[in-house]
Amino acid sequence: MKQSNRISGGQIDRSTSLHFTFDGRSYLGHAGDTLASALLANGVRLMGRSFKYHRPRGPLSAGSEEPNALVHLRTGARQEPNTRATVAELFDGLHATSQNAWPSLRFDSMAINDRLNSFFTAGFYYKTFMWPAAFWEKIYEPIIRRAAGLGALSKEEDPDEYDKGFLHCDILVIGAGPAGLMAALTAGRAGARVILADEDFRMGGRLNAETYEVGGMAGADWASAAVAELMSMPHVRLMLRTTIVGAFDHGIYSAVERVSDHLAVPAAGKPRQTLWRIYSKRAILAGGATERPIAFENNDRPGIMLAGAVRAYANRWGVAAGDRVAIFTNNDDGLRTARDLQAKGVDVAAVIDSRQGGDLLAGIRHLQGAQVIDSSGRLGLRSVTVRLASGATETISCSALGVSGGWNPNVNITSHHRSRPEWRSDIAAFVPGAGGPAGLTAAGAASGALSTHGALATGQAQALAALADLGKAATAGELPRAEDAPIAISPLWYVHEGKGRAWIDQQNDVTVKDVKLAHQENFTAVEHLKRYTTLGMATDQGKTGNVLGIAIMAELTGQSIPATGTTIYRPPYTPVAMGALAGRSRGREFKPFRLTPSHKWAAEQGAVFVEVGNWLRTQWVPKAGETTWRESVDREVLATRRSVGICDVTTLGKIDIQGTDAGAFLDKVYANTFSTLAVGKCRYGLMLREDGIVFDDGTTARMGPHEYVMTTTTANAVTVFRHLEYCRQVLWPDLDVQIISTTEAWAQFSVAGPNARRLLQKIVDQDISDAAFPYMGAGNITIGGLRGRLFRISFSGELAYEIAVPTRYGDAMIRKLMAAGAEFDAIVYGTEALGVMRIEKGHVAGGELNGQSTALNMGLGKMVSKKKDSIGMVLSQREGMNRDDGYRLVGVKPVDPKGSISAGSHFMEIGAPVELASDGGWLTSKVFSPHLGCDIALGYLKAGDQKIGRKMRAVNFLTKTDTIVEIVSPHFFDPEGERLRG
Amino acid sequence: MIINHPILGPRDAQEFVYLGDANLINRPDGMTAGIEAFHDYLYNRDNPAGAHRELWYHEQGDRSWLVVTRNTLTHEILKVELARDVAKAQGRSK
Repeated sequence: MKQSNRISGGQIDRSTSLHFTFDGRSYLGHAGDTLASALLANGVRLMGRSFKYHRPRGPLSAGSEEPNALVHLRTGARQEPNTRATVAELFDGLHATSQNAWPSLRFDSMAINDRLNSFFTAGFYYKTFMWPAAFWEKIYEPIIRRAAGLGALSKEEDPDEYDKGFLHCDILVIGAGPAGLMAALTAGRAGARVILADEDFRMGGRLNAETYEVGGMAGADWASAAVAELMSMPHVRLMLRTTIVGAFDHGIYSAVERVSDHLAVPAAGKPRQTLWRIYSKRAILAGGATERPIAFENNDRPGIMLAGAVRAYANRWGVAAGDRVAIFTNNDDGLRTARDLQAKGVDVAAVIDSRQGGDLLAGIRHLQGAQVIDSSGRLGLRSVTVRLASGATETISCSALGVSGGWNPNVNITSHHRSRPEWRSDIAAFVPGAGGPAGLTAAGAASGALSTHGALATGQAQALAALADLGKAATAGELPRAEDAPIAISPLWYVHEGKGRAWIDQQNDVTVKDVKLAHQENFTAVEHLKRYTTLGMATDQGKTGNVLGIAIMAELTGQSIPATGTTIYRPPYTPVAMGALAGRSRGREFKPFRLTPSHKWAAEQGAVFVEVGNWLRTQWVPKAGETTWRESVDREVLATRRSVGICDVTTLGKIDIQGTDAGAFLDKVYANTFSTLAVGKCRYGLMLREDGIVFDDGTTARMGPHEYVMTTTTANAVTVFRHLEYCRQVLWPDLDVQIISTTEAWAQFSVAGPNARRLLQKIVDQDISDAAFPYMGAGNITIGGLRGRLFRISFSGELAYEIAVPTRYGDAMIRKLMAAGAEFDAIVYGTEALGVMRIEKGHVAGGELNGQSTALNMGLGKMVSKKKDSIGMVLSQREGMNRDDGYRLVGVKPVDPKGSISAGSHFMEIGAPVELASDGGWLTSKVFSPHLGCDIALGYLKAGDQKIGRKMRAVNFLTKTDTIVEIVSPHFFDPEGERLRG
Repeated sequence: MIINHPILGPRDAQEFVYLGDANLINRPDGMTAGIEAFHDYLYNRDNPAGAHRELWYHEQGDRSWLVVTRNTLTHEILKVELARDVAKAQGRSK
């Protein structure tokens, strides 16, 4: 377990050794290591296989832009796929495995794809798997999914918790490199509320990876001192391991904090990750820059990295990327890597510099005007082939190659509101364009200021500008002294010789050849290029590859890069776990239940519950010996019709409406009239939408001259209330009417059946005889002194009441009702029996109130008063909605009483071909009626009112039923309503 | 998005329900206007790229209906008014 590539220095704690495994082998690393730095220290370069060709790959970078080194972290339920080894913080006991390789990382059978590469070029899927269409789902897709792909999910429930939180600040600083630290210091010193967030587990950004001095001390030490000063400010919040993943409207940013990702198991009570929503007045993007490679043949071998990453591994983690390292560069930044390695005593094989002229490096073989044209080493780099300025070739042996093609400012977040980055030719890179998120400015390398001095200066300047915007006084302090070297880049995107593949987007296996093919086939626009080749469409969003691909297309088309343009970025900046987005909204917490006041009592009786919207309602209450739900439901219906049944109807919406214009208001929102309703009476009301379709129905009672109580369906309780507020505030703002929802305030029970009055009279203090409390009566009552409300309304067709008490008495009320009802063998009935009884009576409900039906369709056309203006009155008169052959509500029963019919069946004339043209309408609701002893249903039938008595077919392809039915009146039970008035 | 409620101050847009074009305030009188006028009122909308007046409802708040003037290109909110005030200013009454 020798760390063969560990060298001196770095910000790791060598006194703490951490044990970890990768693909079953044990290694040692140190606190402060990432998985990638620790593996490299142990001489492990091969960390993954590529997505499409299963090419052996090692890390390209040392940060979140990593396309290659994707691994599974942890085991069991905590196994997480597609984590980047370059940002995974090492902890003791970390268990990592490679992915997308079988049987092993070294011998991957799917590497056959690499040999078949000429078939798998851009557009391969479009061209190959086009036909026959039926093959796609059954044959092509499963094969492709097995062969291509990234990691695998554990398929077990995630044992960890995820949280969400909200933060507010004056200035959000995104990134804690030199620019971000300087901005935060400037704003913090001026007293502004600052949040400084960085995705890394150590603040300082590139200062940790470089040897530059800042203010006369090592850059990393200056960063530590800055962090210490910021931590002393109570109005500054520093957030490590926190990635700003998206910019949203009005200064809102989303951030993922990896609270416990660096631990084997989260500490007790701590979430794994937290998704923050940050409300900021101003924001400064100091997200740095990402280096890009130069494409050449076989530039993807393990050991070939970005030069800045090689430097970061050496300086921050004390790791040599290899025992002998070469550099390939087109700018001065590559030379720094060579110098830093030389200073650390690492063997630098050569610097291959594509530029001509300039000073030669001292003590290092510096080959100017040269290019790397190929490499060798199947599972890890062994040598590079170099075309020298003289035209000769030379093979240079090395185990690592650092490549620098220049730096791309991390403009991503500035594009989240569709702003397009602009090209700056002096640094050969895109910088933030105009029209980015309001209140967001960029500083440091993210703005194109690539030197340390540039970072500090722009960080300070943007903070001062933001402070001035916010009206906070601040003075520009003296900037710490720092290097200000130009990048001196001479763009080189790809090496033009060689017949093999040169990789651009290593995560999606896109090569120079693919871009050439896209050009040849005229997919030259950047958005086409992206979709045709999948350039930049992988989980890294092309952080290292995009600009390279665009520049190569520009070269092929002969256009400039600005004329070619660039695709833009969308949130998230880096991948976000689904768990973080879900937060605590998992399982039952995703959709909590609302419980009715009688729920506890019903649960004690063994009731079966059903979800109705957010409510959990009693569906039926099985009795001992009942083996099927139908037995229970039939019994509940028959017992109610024979004696008395009780049902919790609290879920119906209840709205108190008061004011001198309450009646006039109801006349406007209901199709029928309520201003004429007598005090102490109820009326059935039909509410339309403005387009004339039925919106909702319910009964509304007049409790006083200026006081009404409206009920709505359970489903529409919220939307009806919203609509009433709309009518009251927006359409008729001078009406004297106030409304409030009282759905939760009253526990309400339906008491139905011939003995309903006898039962209620036992508990209600007032006289409720038919004379004192007639059909459709309503009033305030008391129950043993407790205030309550009573409504004589019926949905079942029986003598029935609804009795309401304040919700906190709901449980006591159901127990009192059942005790009082014992002598009548009272039962509780659930939503199924409720449905049976309402269909037996022909009342419309969910299946009929389907958002497509008019009052006329429901047989309620006469309810729409034309003597007054009400919502929907005018448009309900449209010709198409008033055709004689339009749908009408009908009753349906099978001609053979044993025949089975099913909801959703379509009416066809007997003898007509079973096809769409014969469709006469459909069955909306169906039940078995124990009263009639057969199936019954409601339905919408074209010209149904003229077809009573006719026999038709009810055809249903889903339930495979085809039954001869008779069209009847929808009122199956007590059509004269004698029982209601009993 | 943040909506600067005229009574309650800045509130997160998640507290609101969106309805649509504030022209819905101008409902014709059903006793005098015909089907054509209602059809135009209910179905015909401008779709401006720029300032748009629209109705929002503060459902998770004080139940105010608001008229929000929003730039549809940038989501910049230019003005927020109580819909009741707007409706009355436009002559709506009972």
